Amino acid sequence: MTSAGPPRGSDFAAAKDRAAAKPLALGRHALAGAAMSRLGTVAAGSLAFVVMALAWQAAVWAGVFPPKLFPGLAAVAETLVRLTGNGTMVAAAAATLFRLLFGFVLAAVAGIVVGLLMGRVQWIEDALLPIVSFMYPIPGIAYAPLFVLWFGLGDVPAILLVAVATSFTVIINTWKGVKAVKPIWVRSAQAMGASERAIFAKVILPGALPYVLTGLRLGLASAWRILVAVEMLMSVTRGLGWLIFGSQQFLNTDVMLATIAVIGIVGMLLERQVFMRLEKATVVRWGMMSA
Amino acid sequence: MTAVSRQPVVAIAATAPSPARRMRVVPFARGAIAIALLLAAWEYFARSGIFSQAITPPLETIVAALVAMIADGSIFRHTLATMLRVAIGLTIALAIAIPLGMLMGRHPLWERILRPPLAVLMPIPSLAWVPLVVLWFGIGNVATVLIVVYASTFSLLYNVWMGVRTINPLWLRAAHAMNARGARLFRHVVWPAALPSIITGVRLAFGRAWIAVIGGELLASPQWGLGKLIFDAKEFLNADVMLAALLVIGLLGLFFERVVFQLLEQVTVNRWGMATGAGR
Repeated sequence: MTSAGPPRGSDFAAAKDRAAAKPLALGRHALAGAAMSRLGTVAAGSLAFVVMALAWQAAVWAGVFPPKLFPGLAAVAETLVRLTGNGTMVAAAAATLFRLLFGFVLAAVAGIVVGLLMGRVQWIEDALLPIVSFMYPIPGIAYAPLFVLWFGLGDVPAILLVAVATSFTVIINTWKGVKAVKPIWVRSAQAMGASERAIFAKVILPGALPYVLTGLRLGLASAWRILVAVEMLMSVTRGLGWLIFGSQQFLNTDVMLATIAVIGIVGMLLERQVFMRLEKATVVRWGMMSA
Repeated sequence: MTAVSRQPVVAIAATAPSPARRMRVVPFARGAIAIALLLAAWEYFARSGIFSQAITPPLETIVAALVAMIADGSIFRHTLATMLRVAIGLTIALAIAIPLGMLMGRHPLWERILRPPLAVLMPIPSLAWVPLVVLWFGIGNVATVLIVVYASTFSLLYNVWMGVRTINPLWLRAAHAMNARGARLFRHVVWPAALPSIITGVRLAFGRAWIAVIGGELLASPQWGLGKLIFDAKEFLNADVMLAALLVIGLLGLFFERVVFQLLEQVTVNRWGMATGAGR
């Protein structure tokens, strides 16, 4: 198992860290240069969006698809404002976030407990590893119809499915984190007479935390992805996924695109605001990971 | 991690074979016992009648369903359809992501241009697009392949870009000093140096594509495919077929993760000594 290569998730995170470590601008005119290059970055960054928007509008005007199926950007923006104004979008987003939170907390608790046990107790690792590694690559969405059969439609199966699909990512990363704790830390704590409990609380847990956080972050991202699709299959009463799926019946493509935009924004906020802060407050402050 | 944990096993095996063999047998036995217990619990639960057997079929029924699907060959057709979609989607994603990622990694201007749209499009779940893509392209292969492309392109692009950007600058400078430019620099320095990261990207992209193809088949229901098989089985309350399909999906996923990608890494990255040479 140790030969399974680097953890999928932390690779991604590591690449991100490397990207963040940009070379600093040096020299006398560093400040002016930085301001200039920031302006350039903004200009270059908006260039892509301008090109994409123009291409979109060109496709609308050229009539590649019927206008009903391919609305102009103005129509989408207008719908977004309208749906946000009358509360539809907010209610849908709240319902989806509520499911996400429930499912994710379930998965986090179960995943961390199982992962820690697997990392610390040899026979539990031996027993569970084959099962976990078999279940892990099965896409959570594939269980959706089965969960509908078992638990009916609505919130319960949606939350359970998100929890099940997410927990494996958390388990695998937590387990790897415990395994990655340097034996010498544990041994020096033992040599200094730390009790079994103290070793667990003061060495193992903080030592494994970078991996656990990576697992939670990846888990939340995958929960978000799956939840949107699950809402389409479970016909819940409201939710962002349901808003997209329901609009399909009435060919309301403007509503669909507006919802997709909201999904992207919420997903980005979850990643940026929630987890970057959590990491800064813990592992980065402890000097275990560079921001 | 690999080298550290493997060496002691080899060393012990050379001096005393029995503990080494024990080290392999005991975990295997425990794993097997756990699986057997899990299956037995399922069997007990299925036959206890808490749920109808149509919903929680006993193992015998699941195996029978699987055997029936193998016998009439339908399972192979479903699997082939799904795998083809993944293969085509990943190929298109590679064709998009490798050139763009190289451009982004080598030229700051391209990086500035392409980074914001990448940051905006990447967090949108591919499955959110399914209803829209179905309206645009209809139900069928085009829609599902497009979803796979959307799911895999961005994480691939991200990894190619990062792989090129984090090439050891000494290597580039050394190659420059030896007058390597253009195609030669690319072929002998940039490409091999970025390859570990690209392969990681393919691996991640495959994981995403795998989710997207099953979800796409569930929602866009083309004619064949493992997702479609599950979706149809739900309509007829065939939980045995659904569980058999899940088994096939799990086995395929495991096969790709453990066999295909590890082999890929062995014949490329490890053989060139890149995994350690790049300091990763």
